[in-house]
Amino acid sequence: MHELALSSSLVDALREEAARRGFARVRRVTLAIGALSHVEPEAMAFCFDIVTRGTLAEGTELEIERPPGRAFCIDCGQEVAIAARGEACPGCGGFRLLVRGGEELRLVELGVV
Amino acid sequence: MCATCGCGGPARIEGDQHPHHHHGDLPLDPEHARLHALGVPHTHGPHEHGPHAERGHDHGDHDHGKAVGGESRRLIRPEQDLLAKNDAIAAEVRGRLTARRILALNLVSSPGAGKTTLLEATLARLAGRWSVAVIEGDQATARDAERIRATGTPALQITTGKGCHLDAAMIARALDRLDPPEGAVLFVENVGKLVCPAGFDLGEAHEVVLCSLAEGDDKPLKYPTIFAASSLLLVTKTDLAPHLEVDPAVPVTNARKVRPDIGAIRLSARTGEGMERWLAWLEAARGLRLVAD
Repeated sequence: MHELALSSSLVDALREEAARRGFARVRRVTLAIGALSHVEPEAMAFCFDIVTRGTLAEGTELEIERPPGRAFCIDCGQEVAIAARGEACPGCGGFRLLVRGGEELRLVELGVV
Repeated sequence: MCATCGCGGPARIEGDQHPHHHHGDLPLDPEHARLHALGVPHTHGPHEHGPHAERGHDHGDHDHGKAVGGESRRLIRPEQDLLAKNDAIAAEVRGRLTARRILALNLVSSPGAGKTTLLEATLARLAGRWSVAVIEGDQATARDAERIRATGTPALQITTGKGCHLDAAMIARALDRLDPPEGAVLFVENVGKLVCPAGFDLGEAHEVVLCSLAEGDDKPLKYPTIFAASSLLLVTKTDLAPHLEVDPAVPVTNARKVRPDIGAIRLSARTGEGMERWLAWLEAARGLRLVAD
């Protein structure tokens, strides 16, 4: 499962932050998973729970923000919101959309002790 | 486990006795470096009092509120991309390739779309005109690398074990071993999957997605991420058209719904249809790489 690999990577990032900033345990993690990213939030939460067992992040509360998908419509000449790739422009129904946002996969904030 | 992405089992490079590893310590993460460059007061952990200490930072922590149970929590905003490590290695790989004017292409598709056959047919047509090297990615076996080597082209096989995609660190190591000459074309045949390879930058110049006519015409809509990441779509096995109820124009139309500017070439490695256009595209892409280093 893809999200398992990313969860492991996230735990490594948490360990590095712990060494860098001098904290012992993580209590809360906020991730930004864009609406257009290839990552499934529920799967991420599921895998995160498994992967953090026995680590500095065991029992961590995981919060997931969902930045919306944004695209510039060439025909409308303005930025529009889209829920998924391959969707038509909500304004004109066209498909000439250049994605501008909603693809992020970011560790936003940590609550640590 | 792969340290960059955690995929199961070490990736093996054919003929290699050691499990793969990634580059050692990367420099200061971009966000931290930015704070220093702007002179923004911020906190450091106890380990980091280097040459900047004399600037007199504010070393107080943000102490935001108390959690349940009276625990005093710090809030930290790493603002770190989860794929930052891979992206950093990919950037290094890209730099190396650019400096040596090597055109690197990442070929992606479902299993069986015809990547290896296309490479064989392409190499036959090139007939040694250019230096070419190939990195093959599969879960298991070195079959694809052996097929390429049979054409007289250097090829290196990466087997990912339980992993589902190639990553930048694997490519970096393969490059160390292959060491293609300046001005070469490097084909990376990724693991046959339409989902996972999409998120992993390998340092390539272009991602090229293959979709065979036998797969139907709606793959781009069902697997948009990988089509959106590609600059060229190759609709393969067009020789099967008489046996299928698929209009070869439709996968292209659908791909343009997720990536309006994607290039498209319909071809058949077997009959040769469209192969000249593909060679012309390669020549143009290579030309761009050769004139700008």
